Amino acid sequence: MEKTIITVVGKDAVGIIAKVCTYLADNQVNVEDISQTIVQGYFNMMMIVDTSGSPKPYAGMVTELDELGDAIGVRIRCQREDIFTKMHRI
Amino acid sequence: MINILEVNETNKMIEQEKLDVRTITLGISLLDCCDSDLDALNRNIYDKITRLAKDLVSTGREIELEYGIPIVNKRISVTPIALVGGRACRSPEDFVEVAKTLDKAARDTGVNFLGGYSAIVSKGMTPTDEALIRSIPAALSATERVCSSVNIGSTKTGINMDAVKLMGEIVRETAEATKENNSLGCAKLVVLCNAPDDNPFMAGAFHGVSEADAVINVGVSGPGVIKHALEGVRGENFEVLCETVKRTAFKVTRAGQLVAQEASERLGIPFGIVDLSLAPTPSVGDSVAEILEEMGLESVGAPGTTAALALLNDQVKKGGIMASSFVGGLSGAFIPVSEDQGMIDAVNRGALTIEKLEAMTCVCSVGLDMIAIPGDTPASTISGIIADEAAIGMINNKTTAVRLIPVIGKGVGESVEFGGLLGHAPVQQVNRFCCADFINRGGRIPAPIHSFKN
Repeated sequence: MEKTIITVVGKDAVGIIAKVCTYLADNQVNVEDISQTIVQGYFNMMMIVDTSGSPKPYAGMVTELDELGDAIGVRIRCQREDIFTKMHRI
Repeated sequence: MINILEVNETNKMIEQEKLDVRTITLGISLLDCCDSDLDALNRNIYDKITRLAKDLVSTGREIELEYGIPIVNKRISVTPIALVGGRACRSPEDFVEVAKTLDKAARDTGVNFLGGYSAIVSKGMTPTDEALIRSIPAALSATERVCSSVNIGSTKTGINMDAVKLMGEIVRETAEATKENNSLGCAKLVVLCNAPDDNPFMAGAFHGVSEADAVINVGVSGPGVIKHALEGVRGENFEVLCETVKRTAFKVTRAGQLVAQEASERLGIPFGIVDLSLAPTPSVGDSVAEILEEMGLESVGAPGTTAALALLNDQVKKGGIMASSFVGGLSGAFIPVSEDQGMIDAVNRGALTIEKLEAMTCVCSVGLDMIAIPGDTPASTISGIIADEAAIGMINNKTTAVRLIPVIGKGVGESVEFGGLLGHAPVQQVNRFCCADFINRGGRIPAPIHSFKN
């Protein structure tokens, strides 16, 4: 199981979640958890996904999600979960 | 389960507070490259470095992309060249050829610096050591990415004052040899006392003889992160202050430990150490001086500065030590002048002198670092400063270093630009009284009494 955290931050608009989820479904990435808040008027979403079933190379996914973010006016980051668990869990 | 606040905290540290992994440094032993023929030696060195480091830069980029944390530098450190070149190099000119080979290997592997053009002469100098040291000015002016260091003392051996005298002259010669370029060569030359074998930070990095064939060392840095954390506890007492630094240093170091392990696994090279240093850069918000000022000082250099730095250094170590299985290198806070905007400002407003910086080095992790001094400073004065700094390291059982840049053609009040991470610096006043008779005595200062722990 290779868990990845996807964060989406930006001005709220219709269809952000739909577009991100469509991309993930197209690439066989399974969504395990979604949490979403509005922080300081900004749309702020975090997804925990499993990329182990995806044929797409990791670097390719990072770049494509970044481009998708540009296209819909939000910032999409895709990072392996370890960086967060290592920093915040002993 | 990780929550959105923690994710946002990490990403804020990276994006706004400039948390980064400053360097992945691949240490390579060149002892098996020795040969009595200079051409064969050069070939062996080039082949070994390019073979082991061929994936270093691309692997660094991969990790950067996957974890979203910037890895600013990918570097190489090698066995001190004075040890490797002994059989083949008969003269300083021969050593310059090796320096050119190292430079080519660094360029071809894509790393920005390669350290280890070094000699360890803490107790005495062999003719080979001396030839290497004498070749430094030519080597640093003929190469772009090679860094040089000379260890001239240690707590166990005392201080080699012959080497101290020689290094004063070499620093001046290096400044002259690179005067077209603001004496930039001196920024790649550091004189150390108690140099560690596993330091990943330039210019003092080399791969010591106690190390394995190849090893991955990582240096993490996050002055901006610590500064930001301290903004949240303004006016609180020292207990709260220390706890805040410690907690933050823990998180920063964990990120470094993760990168170190990943790099080690992907390159198939054992993990050595994480160096948990706060290394500033010239960009705003990435300054050690700003941390000290956030603690309540009007300017770095004000009374209280040494205490603040001591506290910072100690808490960084305490926080970091639990976050990584192997901590090493220099670990602490760096206080270079030219690379830290807060330090530059403090010098410019007259709050920070070389003498105060020297006092601060008693409690920081390295020493007098990246300080521009007048171009007409005599070699004996530079040697005197080196001797003072080495004595602090020797007596206090710590690493100290000197990286002074006598900027040829410039005087106090002028400023010098080095560019990039090396920043810019105001030329600082040096005490003008002479110490030549002291330096010219030569010989060795014996090891201090507390070195006898057997």
